[in-house]
Amino acid sequence: MARGGGTRDTSKLLMERSVPGRVGAVLPESDVPPQAMPDDPLLRRDLQLPEVSEPEVVQYFTALSQLNFSIDTHFYPLGSCTMKYNPKINDEAAFQPGFAAIHPLQPGEQSQGALEMLHRLQGYLGEITGLPGVSLSTLAGAHGEFAGMLMMRAYHHARGDTARLKVAIPDSAHGTNPASAAMAGFEVVTVASDDQGNVDLEALHDLAGPDLAGIMITLPSTLGLFDTGILDVCRIVHEAGGLVYGDGANMNALLGRVKLGALGFDVIHLNLHKTFSTPHGGGGPGAGPVCVSEELASYLPSPVVARNGGGAEYSLSTPANSIGKMSSFHGNFGVLVRAYTYIRTLGKEGIESISANAVLNANYLMESLRDKYLIPYDRTCMHEVVFSADWQRARGVSGLEIAKRLLDYGFHAPTMYFPLIVHEALMVEPTESETKETLDAFIQAMRDIDREADEDPDLVRNAPHTTPVSRLDEARAARHPDLRWQRP
Amino acid sequence: MNPDDRKYTSEHEWIKVEDGDTERALAGITVYAQDQLGDIVYFELPQVGDSLKQLEKMGEVESVKAVSDLFAPASGSVVEVNERLANEPELANEDPFGEGWLLRVSLSDPAELDKLMSAEEYETYTAGLH
Amino acid sequence: MTLQSHYIPNTPEEQAEMLAVVGADSIDDLFRDIPDAFRNPTLDLPAPMSELDVQRELAELASRNRPLGSGPSFLGAGAYNHFIPSIVKALMTRGEFLTAYTPYQAEASQGTLQVIYEFQTLIGSLYGMEVANAGMYDGATSLAEAVLMACRVTRRSKVAVSNTISPAYFQVVRTYCQSQGIELNTVSPASPGIDDATSCLVVQYPNFFGYVEDLEGLTGLAHANGSLIVVSADPVAMGMFNPPGHYGADIVTGEGQPLGIPASFGGPYVGLFSAKQQYIRQMPSRLSGRTVDSQGRTGYVLTLQTREQHIRRERATSNICTNEALYALASTIYLAALGKQGLRQVAELCYQKAHYAAGEIAKLPGYSLPLQGTFFQEFVVQCPAPPTDINRHLLERNILGGLDVSPNGDYGGEGIPNGMLFCVTEMNTRADIDALVTALGEYN
Repeated sequence: MARGGGTRDTSKLLMERSVPGRVGAVLPESDVPPQAMPDDPLLRRDLQLPEVSEPEVVQYFTALSQLNFSIDTHFYPLGSCTMKYNPKINDEAAFQPGFAAIHPLQPGEQSQGALEMLHRLQGYLGEITGLPGVSLSTLAGAHGEFAGMLMMRAYHHARGDTARLKVAIPDSAHGTNPASAAMAGFEVVTVASDDQGNVDLEALHDLAGPDLAGIMITLPSTLGLFDTGILDVCRIVHEAGGLVYGDGANMNALLGRVKLGALGFDVIHLNLHKTFSTPHGGGGPGAGPVCVSEELASYLPSPVVARNGGGAEYSLSTPANSIGKMSSFHGNFGVLVRAYTYIRTLGKEGIESISANAVLNANYLMESLRDKYLIPYDRTCMHEVVFSADWQRARGVSGLEIAKRLLDYGFHAPTMYFPLIVHEALMVEPTESETKETLDAFIQAMRDIDREADEDPDLVRNAPHTTPVSRLDEARAARHPDLRWQRP
Repeated sequence: MNPDDRKYTSEHEWIKVEDGDTERALAGITVYAQDQLGDIVYFELPQVGDSLKQLEKMGEVESVKAVSDLFAPASGSVVEVNERLANEPELANEDPFGEGWLLRVSLSDPAELDKLMSAEEYETYTAGLH
Repeated sequence: MTLQSHYIPNTPEEQAEMLAVVGADSIDDLFRDIPDAFRNPTLDLPAPMSELDVQRELAELASRNRPLGSGPSFLGAGAYNHFIPSIVKALMTRGEFLTAYTPYQAEASQGTLQVIYEFQTLIGSLYGMEVANAGMYDGATSLAEAVLMACRVTRRSKVAVSNTISPAYFQVVRTYCQSQGIELNTVSPASPGIDDATSCLVVQYPNFFGYVEDLEGLTGLAHANGSLIVVSADPVAMGMFNPPGHYGADIVTGEGQPLGIPASFGGPYVGLFSAKQQYIRQMPSRLSGRTVDSQGRTGYVLTLQTREQHIRRERATSNICTNEALYALASTIYLAALGKQGLRQVAELCYQKAHYAAGEIAKLPGYSLPLQGTFFQEFVVQCPAPPTDINRHLLERNILGGLDVSPNGDYGGEGIPNGMLFCVTEMNTRADIDALVTALGEYN
């Protein structure tokens, strides 16, 4: 696949391009009378930074950008990541000086517009999830999980219930779930899934005792399935005195279709960089607001935005039993502006249309590929479908190799080998923002690769062939870590 | 392919009593283990002087995308660690029964080794796994 | 029934075609697994808006905030007003960077991976440290994770935190440590009572009040007790002051915002995190490593991933996953553009202007500088009246004053009576500073 990029070289790193005397920015001269410099031993002599001119910086980073796949240039059928279109107006909104150039500590009356926007966003997210207590201060999904786990702990402790040390997590869970629970001091116990991909209710029943703090559950699950026993899951955990935490990674399937609070969830986080279209940025920034029931609202991380009478109508406040501050200031504001803009643009009807089309697209892919790829949990799926490459594996080609071969067809790889309970898993999430033409092209590529597995298996095994680099030596990278440029 | 001069655990470690000394033994991982792990990139091993208890966790082995626990094939104290593995963990892929050994152990109860599998038994055991 | 959104291509005709393939009568059929009583609840959200209307609404909201550029501004305390070259935004908003996923598929992500490698190089260099990671959420969380890491490395659980670090950072450290059985003690850097049970001494450099701590002495003291020293350092100050690595610091973190990132009401920023090589397996977050491909060409991959949550799960060094890659990119572009000379110039301009301002303010009757030592771009002024009153007076003249750090101030911490923390950077002209001094003088 031709990359259509330019011809500027990327092989030299910044320090290797450096030429003494070149400058990439010009600053004003000092306009104040010269001041005494600090004592000499405090002053630095070894500052090692590149010396390159502005055109070189622009050319280098532009050329680097062209080595990437991105949503604007490629389809990402990447399960559980919700790589949807990132509207440009959202960026424009966040970059206007009235948002981008305001100081987090300036007096409240100087930032009423920002606070009002945040207050409205809290309300929208509370309405969408059915969980009215919202703090926007957590900076990513895992950060929200950590806050949620700390709240769960604080809630039990406030009731003198200090023996609840275990958190149940299904075997299909994302790795951040057990890691977040552990950071909050909990012991993780794994709950099996049944043959329908639902939480095994008997196994959960056995775990649900006086030492259970709660469960962390992703709905729909990472198998792309709506757990039909979800009401029982919530009931069993609640009857045992525990709380139900929802990982909102897969909320794209549920927007406007069901409110998690109504089902019995007590606390959840949302991933604004998935469901609410804020750009993933090559690995962040994200935002992971936490939404909770009335009962838990007093434990929310600080700050939340409150509306009050008086002069400054909106202000930041700390909930009464808050677990504390989770970040330097008030959250990833620029991301929150984008999510707000997205919700305002789409409105009620648009929000409902997201889940409708995301789920339709995923089911369309499932039906169109079921004769070629094994579907280990064969039910109507939600926003993503999990295939297994077992049929291809039997013919000598692995899921990883199929995924890498997709890169040659100009499609990003699906999520691979996850969830862990599916052998040779290929998890595909099309999102609502792809056209039927793109979905059809992807279906054709998957069918072609299945054929290649018979006709020319080495073509698949050695893929990718058209990317800037071929398969990289990861063992070498880990055995002999080379993590920064060093002067030769 | 598994040498019959040593004993094997169900967690795929081996232990070999050294010639002429019934209380000192070398321990490592099996060919089967390294094959399942793929490219080994790092070992977290006990230090000289640490005591081991048979079949309890004694360290970790990392491949590029997995971490597995290592279990002590016998009780005793560590008298030597294969220093070469720090820079050449690949030795455990290339020659797990030889150059890629992990530890030299002073056995506290040599009779414990009777609880482990023979080469033949281990072969049958691994054939039953997939 | 449904809105045809400009973000969603499927038309009703296409939906019908696809439903036929799926074998469902309606889209609602696909949601039958949701219990009936809970399916399709009432959703109380506003109606869709046109792009033009959305722009108007957002512009109206933005107009009710005071941007830093709209008048002289002297507020810092963790978020700083620095010059950002135009190329930073121009490059970081390229769709190929902005809309890329986390670089797990190395072959499809060489741009992002090489940027991270550059970032690790530059941050390591800036702090004088051997290794830096791909970034954390922000300065406070970076410091909190460093404390957790120091406890893992030393297998000790007592932490000595200097009372001159940011109160907000202290609060975040406390949140992170609350469930880990870690004992946090606040200490004075003048006599940090640490002992052989102390995992680490935590200091800020320059400290929250803008002054340079004695890193040489503090590092020696920590090491003499077998403790680590964890430093949160302003990256711009590294343009003129010796970096913590110079004194032997073990873990150095910081807020990346001063490096080309707008103040943006507190985020998104990027946390900087660096350490000695020997602690690398205890580090949180991603690392990009240089290697070769199957044809021997240089390439980059995420490496040492066994530390991370997607592999080690509950035993991971941290739960961090999505972090702030785009702002690590912004900082990398900024450092490339500013370079060796530019960063020194910025640091010296901040220093010169801050010292000019401090000197002029100290001449005013009723105003004084209560702290001794060397400061960088921030300093505390003891005012003749409560800082909130003075700030109100300044705002009437369209001047954004400093942070109220008096004992009753809203920012926490022990406080300095009638103390105001001013910040002066290269963005403040002499005219701005003179206007501030005049306004302060009027108040008395």
